[in-house]
Amino acid sequence: MNHPLAEGFFRMEKLPHIWCPGCGHGIIMASIARAIDKLGLDKDKVCIVSGIGCSSRAPGYMDFNTLHTTHGRALAFATGVKLANPELEVIVIAGDGDLSAIGGNHLIHAARRNIGLTTICFNNNIYGMTGGQYSPTTPTSEKGTTAPYGNIDKPFDITQLAIGAGATYAAKTTAYHVPQMDKLMEAAIAHKGFSLVEAISICPTYYGRKNKKGSAVDMMNFLKDSFIDHKVAEKLPPEKKEGKFLIGEFLNKVEPEYTEQYDKIIAQLKK
Amino acid sequence: MAKKVKFLQGNEACVEGALMAGMTFYSGYPITPSTEIAELSAEKLPRIGGKFIQMEDEIAGIAAAIGASLTGAKAMTATSGPGFSLKQENIGYAALAEVPVVIVNVQRGGPSTGLPTAPGQGDLMQAMWGTHGDHPVICLTPDSVKETFDLTIRAFNLAEKYRTPVILLTDEITGHMREKIEIPDASEIEVYNRIKPNQGDEYKAYKVYDGDLVPKMADFGSGFRYHVTGLMHDETGFPSNSTKNAGVLMNRLMAKIEDNLDDLITYEEVEVADAEYLIVSYGGTARTAKAAIKTLRNEGIKVGLFRPITVWPFPEKQVAELSKKVKNILVAELNYGQMVREVERVVKGNCDVRHCGKANGEVLTPEELIRAFKEVL
Repeated sequence: MNHPLAEGFFRMEKLPHIWCPGCGHGIIMASIARAIDKLGLDKDKVCIVSGIGCSSRAPGYMDFNTLHTTHGRALAFATGVKLANPELEVIVIAGDGDLSAIGGNHLIHAARRNIGLTTICFNNNIYGMTGGQYSPTTPTSEKGTTAPYGNIDKPFDITQLAIGAGATYAAKTTAYHVPQMDKLMEAAIAHKGFSLVEAISICPTYYGRKNKKGSAVDMMNFLKDSFIDHKVAEKLPPEKKEGKFLIGEFLNKVEPEYTEQYDKIIAQLKK
Repeated sequence: MAKKVKFLQGNEACVEGALMAGMTFYSGYPITPSTEIAELSAEKLPRIGGKFIQMEDEIAGIAAAIGASLTGAKAMTATSGPGFSLKQENIGYAALAEVPVVIVNVQRGGPSTGLPTAPGQGDLMQAMWGTHGDHPVICLTPDSVKETFDLTIRAFNLAEKYRTPVILLTDEITGHMREKIEIPDASEIEVYNRIKPNQGDEYKAYKVYDGDLVPKMADFGSGFRYHVTGLMHDETGFPSNSTKNAGVLMNRLMAKIEDNLDDLITYEEVEVADAEYLIVSYGGTARTAKAAIKTLRNEGIKVGLFRPITVWPFPEKQVAELSKKVKNILVAELNYGQMVREVERVVKGNCDVRHCGKANGEVLTPEELIRAFKEVL
């Protein structure tokens, strides 16, 4: 018997997915479905938009209005969808390279406009689809097929990037911290304005192998041991915070949403 | 109802035509010499409940228009050379995913940043071949303000009818020139809207039925949950690696154009009935040709003009026929030889084919064209 969530929100005939064994992406995709379920959204009014890459294949499996666009451009297509029909709940799925390298300009401007899009970044710190090249989130000194001697780039913190650009909701979580992820997904989708959830995924096949991170289980354990909620971290002594990465909700504020502002202009002109 | 008489630029007429055709969405990025199209759209669209958005770059300009079109909006973006280069990938996306969208390219002098305020016609081949991979292309070129109005409507109609991007290839001459134009009443305008599935129908997003080449298109949000991708896909819309399937899809996409040439191709002929010589020209440069022909005819030289209005698909049959009747064809265009290659290809040696062109940002004057013509003579 299939899981009721799967039956309700996934295109069962399109499964199994193309992701490698041990990939974290399926966990994140399921969390999006649970959030949509919890919020009771009308499936016909949900639109999921993606770019190109491993995570961008997710919409093909999800039973909504789904749009698989060109590399990096998901947010630009999604902006058109949302502005043309604001009643749609538009969710953008993008990998770290798709969102912050080739699509970086669209990310900062969608955030700046505070347009009502929810962006879920599946961040596995690598270009997986093309075989393991370093991305804008690959940590310095780690390896990729195009960084054989170690990456000398400084990585982006995508959550902070979105905050800096004007997003009104921003959170970070991992594929291990599923209950937290579910809560953050739900809050991000329910949020009016531009919201972003950066979900740290794992790529045992390329990132893990190239950087000797062990098995998928080892990589999951790394997520478990190295990431703590920033609110919990606040209460911890400095020695317990050392080497830890902070996750959780970092920003949740109310500001005018773009399509509503535009509708006000339309209403004003009617008078 | 009385006709509205206006004194408009080509760029302004483009927006008037777009609105008449049902445009409800515009997204773009400022670029000379097309900016008036964005400015006027920004002013007019919210007045009719439509949407305008200035995007962060040219790529986003076309991306948002495609996104909007998927919700049922009639969408347009406008640009010029550098921006047209940037939009190419998503033009291919719209062709493969079969999303109606109108792309206006007000050509300027190129390459690169070139001559932003001066005319050029160097993007003709790019309009056909700019995006990678084989793909269908419809491209229209006006030579006057009124025709810019008419062809913008036609561009929307063809985009809707064939579910494909349509390029309106104007130039700085027609874009910025002002002419008197009579705006017809909406009731006189033929407007085509995409065919949508009926509620309750079983829907496969890319399935065509007997003899048809264009699938029905459901609006996102209307109850048909389907998938759109730039990957090769089957009739359900989902990605498929099957080479057999890819062949079927590609053949259908190309057939949308190839099987409908009579519907797509429009042109103007001036004094061709008894012509011994033919000038082929298009867009703003065709005006130069018309003036030159008048002078040459006054001198007793039997010369005519063939002006492709639809430049892609190219009016092959028409040019081939004319090439059997004339001694020479002179192709006049603001580039180093683009349409002339197409003319040579279809003329197949029936007559002598020459080129008259330049790309320094100046218009071709009738005197220059007459001089070039007499050299051919």
